[in-house]
Amino acid sequence: MLQDRDRIFTNLHGFQDERLAGALSRGSWSNTHAVLGLGPERICEEVKVSGLRGRSGGGFLTGLKWTFMPKNEERPHYLLINADESEPGTCKDRDIMRHEPHQLIEGALIASFAIRAHTAYIYVRGEFIREREALQKAIAEACDARLIGKNNIHGWDFDLHVHHGAGAYVCGEESALIESLEGKKGLPRLRPPYPANAGLYGCPTTVNNVESIAVVPEILRRGADWFSSIGRPNNAGTKIFCISGHVNRPCNVEEAMSIPLRELLDKHAGGVRGGWDNLMAVIPGGASFPMIPKSVCDDVLMDFDALKEAGSSLGAASVIVMDKSTDVVRATARLAKFYMHESCGQCTPCREGTGWMYRVIDRLARGEGAYRDIDLLMEVSSQIGGHTICGLGDASAGPIQGLIKNFRHVIEERIDARSFPRAA
Amino acid sequence: MSLRRLAPKEMQPVSFAFSAENDAWAKQEMTKYPPGRQASAVIALLWRGQEQEGWVTHPMIERVADMLGMPYIRVLEVATFYTMFNLVPVGTFLVQVCTTTPCWLRGSDEVVAACKKHIAPAQHTISADGKFSWMEVECLGACVNAPMLQIGKDFYEDLDGPITEKILEAFRRGEAPKPGPQNGRHTSEPIGGATTLTDPAIYERDKHPWSGTSGGGFGVTDAEAKKPSVGAGDREAPAQKPPGAAT
Repeated sequence: MLQDRDRIFTNLHGFQDERLAGALSRGSWSNTHAVLGLGPERICEEVKVSGLRGRSGGGFLTGLKWTFMPKNEERPHYLLINADESEPGTCKDRDIMRHEPHQLIEGALIASFAIRAHTAYIYVRGEFIREREALQKAIAEACDARLIGKNNIHGWDFDLHVHHGAGAYVCGEESALIESLEGKKGLPRLRPPYPANAGLYGCPTTVNNVESIAVVPEILRRGADWFSSIGRPNNAGTKIFCISGHVNRPCNVEEAMSIPLRELLDKHAGGVRGGWDNLMAVIPGGASFPMIPKSVCDDVLMDFDALKEAGSSLGAASVIVMDKSTDVVRATARLAKFYMHESCGQCTPCREGTGWMYRVIDRLARGEGAYRDIDLLMEVSSQIGGHTICGLGDASAGPIQGLIKNFRHVIEERIDARSFPRAA
Repeated sequence: MSLRRLAPKEMQPVSFAFSAENDAWAKQEMTKYPPGRQASAVIALLWRGQEQEGWVTHPMIERVADMLGMPYIRVLEVATFYTMFNLVPVGTFLVQVCTTTPCWLRGSDEVVAACKKHIAPAQHTISADGKFSWMEVECLGACVNAPMLQIGKDFYEDLDGPITEKILEAFRRGEAPKPGPQNGRHTSEPIGGATTLTDPAIYERDKHPWSGTSGGGFGVTDAEAKKPSVGAGDREAPAQKPPGAAT
């Protein structure tokens, strides 16, 4: 288990003072000057060596992403921080914004320096109004203390702005986020060109998740070795896990990567409701990824590689637990409805397919379907993924494929119970 | 995707103007973006307009478009694409109930039932006293505090049926119930006490885990660190040793 001294977010739950004075006493903004003194190349290198992988699902090396930014460019560079946290099951960035805003702001300064940007925008989802206010207040404090802004004490002019959305899940996709920030509908862009070459306003842009940015100051202060020593190789560091659903004590907690799922649930979330044997399935990474049945949960590790092997993904580490009382078909149907609602409508396979999938699975959840509907659903879901501009299409198929793979018998029993009521 | 259209003509007001305060705020908001990119402020301006009027009206869309130098159709696109813009009038207290899977698993059906009972049987309907309307929404991002709902700017978390009714009743009486978790939790820690961050030493400044380690931590004091000195832009200087790097 991770020691408290190795936790980065020491005010995750908001028991301490989140204002500048409190943040300073917890070590924020200390040595920032020396960190910037390393120069952009060394910072990118250190972050790369630390093994920090993107914390919002993709799992791409953050330091490597930064090196894609052009080195000698006339055009302005931009850093966009993705706080459009809308993945069902995920609520970690919210805690960072309201309780640890200064870690995020300091990280934004360092990351902007590393990618040679003088301006950064934090795109906060529209519903997080109080979080937006907290962040705005913290930015004003940092500006007043001349930690950021023009002519600040760190010698790197840096403007940080809060921008907000208005309730579109798809804007969490980086190119849709850029479109939305430009004042358009959040429709994802075709790539190439990649944002590092032509992003916001056609200028080089890097988009990073809130957590990826907020951990950077601590990594550079304590050293890449410290960070990479936590977790298994290629899955380094600490991670905020959001544990929701059928556990006794749902919570957000910062833990080491590669912690066994069972240990995570037992130690921090008070265990599965009704005991471990009452577990049915877990969605380990947020709604977009397939669920894993109890047999896999028994010994799976919570990291990128282990969950990929198990046929799912770490995603944003949003653990949704379902016990044996759960109607898994109904739970998945609800997710299908979510994707139907959130599809932006740009690509036909996703716009039409998400509706198709919802209608078929809703029928199955009511037990009104036929066996062939299960295969139809599998076929439709496999025709969406990979045929759309962004990942929402793939994401919509994930939970349904996971359901059919692991719980086909549940759907079949339901059909049987309705078709042959006396036999059942 | 959701199909959304503006309210019919007969419901639309004749004109819209930002209040003096909001107008000044909007002008300020537009300066956040580079010259010529004022369109970026469209969501913020429409949101402010909605806060002022309660919903997004046709004249408001035209006014915002004029302010930002955008064609009307582009602002109309934005207003209809983003689901937080109410295109028809809503109650003074707009109750948004999260019903996505994590909330549903923990009983959002009860919360919905409470809304049906206390506000109106169907969503998007304004209650008899004109104060409330409710709607089901997709994940609001407070999953470890499920089930939850949003009223105005605030989240009400860790609900069940009776607590929801109590909150709605309080609003009806003109009170402002305390937002956040309703079951005694502080925020997102496990109920009954946090399992982490319990070591008081991490909050003692001189005992920071990285203080005193080679090359790392507070080798430079705060005061020194924050002194303006060599611009970080001067990157030709020999790179310093990374703080905390292994020796």
